[in-house]
Amino acid sequence: MTVHEHDVIVVGAGGAGLRAAIAAHEEGADVAMVSKLHPVRSHTGAAEGGINAALREGDDWELHAYDTMKGSDYLGDAAAVETLAQDAPQEVIDLEHWGMPFSREEDGTVSQRPFGGLSFARTTYAGAETGHHMLHTMYEQVVKRGIQVYDEWYVTRLATTDHDDPADRECTGVVGYELRTGEVAGFKARNGVVLATGGPGQAFDHTTNAVSCTGDGQAMAYRAGVPLEDMEFVQFHPTTLPSTGVLISEGVRGEGGILYNSEGERFMFEHGYANNEGELASRDVVSRAELTEVNAGRGVEDEYVYLDMRHLGEERISDRLENIVHLAEDFEGVNAYEEPMPVKPGQHYEMGGIETNENGATLIDGLYAAGECACASVHGANRLGGNALPELLVFGARAGRHAAASDRADAKLETGRTDESEPEENLDAPVEPGAVDATGGDTAADGGAVASGDVLEGAVAQERQRIEGMLERDDGVNHADIRAEVQHTMTENVNVFREKEGIKKALRDIREARKRYQEVAVSDPSRTYNTDLIHTIETRNIIDVAETIALGALARTEFRGAHWRAEHQERKDDEWLKHTLVSWEGGRPDLWYKPVDLQGENKVYEPKERSY
Amino acid sequence: MSTEQDEPTAETTTDADEAPAQTPGDRRREEKQARMQVTERERAEAAAAADETVQLKVFRFDPEVPEKEEPRFDDFHVPYVQGMTVLDALIYARDEFDSSLTFRHSCRQAVCGSDALFINGSQRLACKTQLSALDAPVRVEPLPHQDVVKDLVVDMEHFYDQMEAVEPYMQSEEFPEGELEEQRQSPENREKIKMSTRCIWCGACMSSCNIAAGDNEYLGPAAINKAYRFAMDEREEDDIKEHRMRIMEQEHGVWRCQTQFSCTEVCPKDIPLTEHIQELKREAVKSNLKFW
Repeated sequence: MTVHEHDVIVVGAGGAGLRAAIAAHEEGADVAMVSKLHPVRSHTGAAEGGINAALREGDDWELHAYDTMKGSDYLGDAAAVETLAQDAPQEVIDLEHWGMPFSREEDGTVSQRPFGGLSFARTTYAGAETGHHMLHTMYEQVVKRGIQVYDEWYVTRLATTDHDDPADRECTGVVGYELRTGEVAGFKARNGVVLATGGPGQAFDHTTNAVSCTGDGQAMAYRAGVPLEDMEFVQFHPTTLPSTGVLISEGVRGEGGILYNSEGERFMFEHGYANNEGELASRDVVSRAELTEVNAGRGVEDEYVYLDMRHLGEERISDRLENIVHLAEDFEGVNAYEEPMPVKPGQHYEMGGIETNENGATLIDGLYAAGECACASVHGANRLGGNALPELLVFGARAGRHAAASDRADAKLETGRTDESEPEENLDAPVEPGAVDATGGDTAADGGAVASGDVLEGAVAQERQRIEGMLERDDGVNHADIRAEVQHTMTENVNVFREKEGIKKALRDIREARKRYQEVAVSDPSRTYNTDLIHTIETRNIIDVAETIALGALARTEFRGAHWRAEHQERKDDEWLKHTLVSWEGGRPDLWYKPVDLQGENKVYEPKERSY
Repeated sequence: MSTEQDEPTAETTTDADEAPAQTPGDRRREEKQARMQVTERERAEAAAAADETVQLKVFRFDPEVPEKEEPRFDDFHVPYVQGMTVLDALIYARDEFDSSLTFRHSCRQAVCGSDALFINGSQRLACKTQLSALDAPVRVEPLPHQDVVKDLVVDMEHFYDQMEAVEPYMQSEEFPEGELEEQRQSPENREKIKMSTRCIWCGACMSSCNIAAGDNEYLGPAAINKAYRFAMDEREEDDIKEHRMRIMEQEHGVWRCQTQFSCTEVCPKDIPLTEHIQELKREAVKSNLKFW
């Protein structure tokens, strides 16, 4: 059995993974990255807008923290939010020193622009392709440092011990499948494993996310016993192209782009959705406004609205938003210099994720998570534009350092169940969620943990068996049909507007998808580059993650941030100033809650009405 | 957590009445077959309902599967919808007709660089190539001059090796003294390197280059462009630039380029690759004159 051994194993090689690997390497660790894509293919490269950091006179980290907390609708944890705001400036400067081609002012300093929900123009950027430059700049640093990258190795499972209480479990490595050869190998981590696998956008069918964004890390951590936190909070970006879901950056509105309905009204103002901020209100506010316009019959072709940037002039557009012109042309056939662009909300970002503290540590010893797959929680109920990239820098670096170092600074935030956590006892689920063959009692059920012997070797053996089983089965259901059903029901029923019966329908559909997945078969018999197999494994992850999103959405009977409920039109701070957690126990999801941390370093963040 | 019981379905009862000896496995298989039939019928109807279909001729090869050991082309007839790209059509063909059809793709928006393919005789990104712009049948092949792993997937290792051979990372060592202070870069200098920084490592240029096809050690347009990106960045000091120029001047560096412009023509990000290579040649001449 092949086992690759390193101090730190980073799973995923997008922004958070690269930053974690660099940080661990700087601590002197022997670090390796294992990723299903070559690093430069990662979805961080599609991020457009920018990186928020309080760099200038007149701005400071406390303002950034305040904006973030307000944007989160008071569901961010103060310790994480303040860490983000405090560490972001140094991270941006490091990135600049590594060669990041930031857009510049006349004096040669890094430019910053206004973004939605920010009280100061603090979004640093590199054209409208900030993520691309960030991804490549950090990969360059990985090359410079000689960090080993196992690319096109798909991690399918964590190797964790099987203690009854997840808090007692330890992660000793991961199991990977090499696309090129079909080999299943173990990756042993002497110090720690960092999950940086990105979001689960593929749980929805109209998404800005890449087809590789299948929630792999979230699903693996979840099945190993780590709670997923606040999964019901899914950001729908207000400006995506209707036919493909391709993202049109918030930078367009930051630079002065205007939204119109079919009547030519500037509806953000004229229909009173955001009388002060207009188009630059928080993303959840703008997405709901657009769909409300469409539902009121003021949409174009009953589907979308217009985003117009023509008045900015060719020079400004080509200087700062040139990439947008290409995207509109290539993917919607629109000349954005001369016509307004059609846009509608599309799934964009998962605020929730693997529960971590502000050091990126999870409940399981030796297991860390950072970036979109993690939830510290910085974004709470709604992420501000320009806060995802600093998050993956700040928490990628912290997770990397902590995974590498033997001494670990204490964190303020606690993970796992504490005296303050409370169970959900009245969830009106229409079907029994969780694994179809859940035992209900066996904590090691279904891929979470290994019972005996060497944990990693056991995990590799079990994974080989699972993969062989899927390859050997002669006929059965194609994963693509199951995936499409889940995506469809999630987009239909757990979208921008949510109501109880719809969410229940989604849970029933997900149950049905699980049953069908029992019959899934991989038709391609090849051991060489078998993407049929990869997509089949991913589909299981999508099902698990989609179910946590729907369960959280059903449980949370209030309207907060991105989570809107037809029956519950108010934010209910008395009852819901708490995080939703879903733990996989014996193959079944168990819902529970923990309070939000609103106690900052210098002040308490008192929930206020969130108006823009 | 309270849940309603999983609804006992009518079918289960009926099955039990009609065939008491049936095992759950039999029942599942039957249900599955019924579903497959429905799905197939739906697909046939969808194809019939579509105003037109587009014919793809797709290269197939798998060293491990007997019927695919000999390279061949498979025909797929995909229902055409307006705005459909080559990638959309490939995905449709894979998901609806043959799940073993293999190609790299990820972002669907021309930034991950995974899906550079040889489409109707030219290197293009499948995701940003509209079917409407192509003559039918649309011929889809893996990038030429690279080893084929399977179907449309090529071995990118050599391309990555060349990219990494040019020391593709900032080597500036003089940073401002102030805390949280960036190096200055003029907007003009940023503009100068802007196009070169757009490279998405798709490999289209390298695949189109006759020189690279004949000289395996030639760094190739993408790697030279990467070197250009740093050599022209004013944040790097002069001695580093000289070091970079020495790498560019080596036997398999810039002088191999015969300015055929094929790389520039196929680049999906419109990077003026040949111009960048020419500029580095001029720089090399200048820096050699200086040493004399």
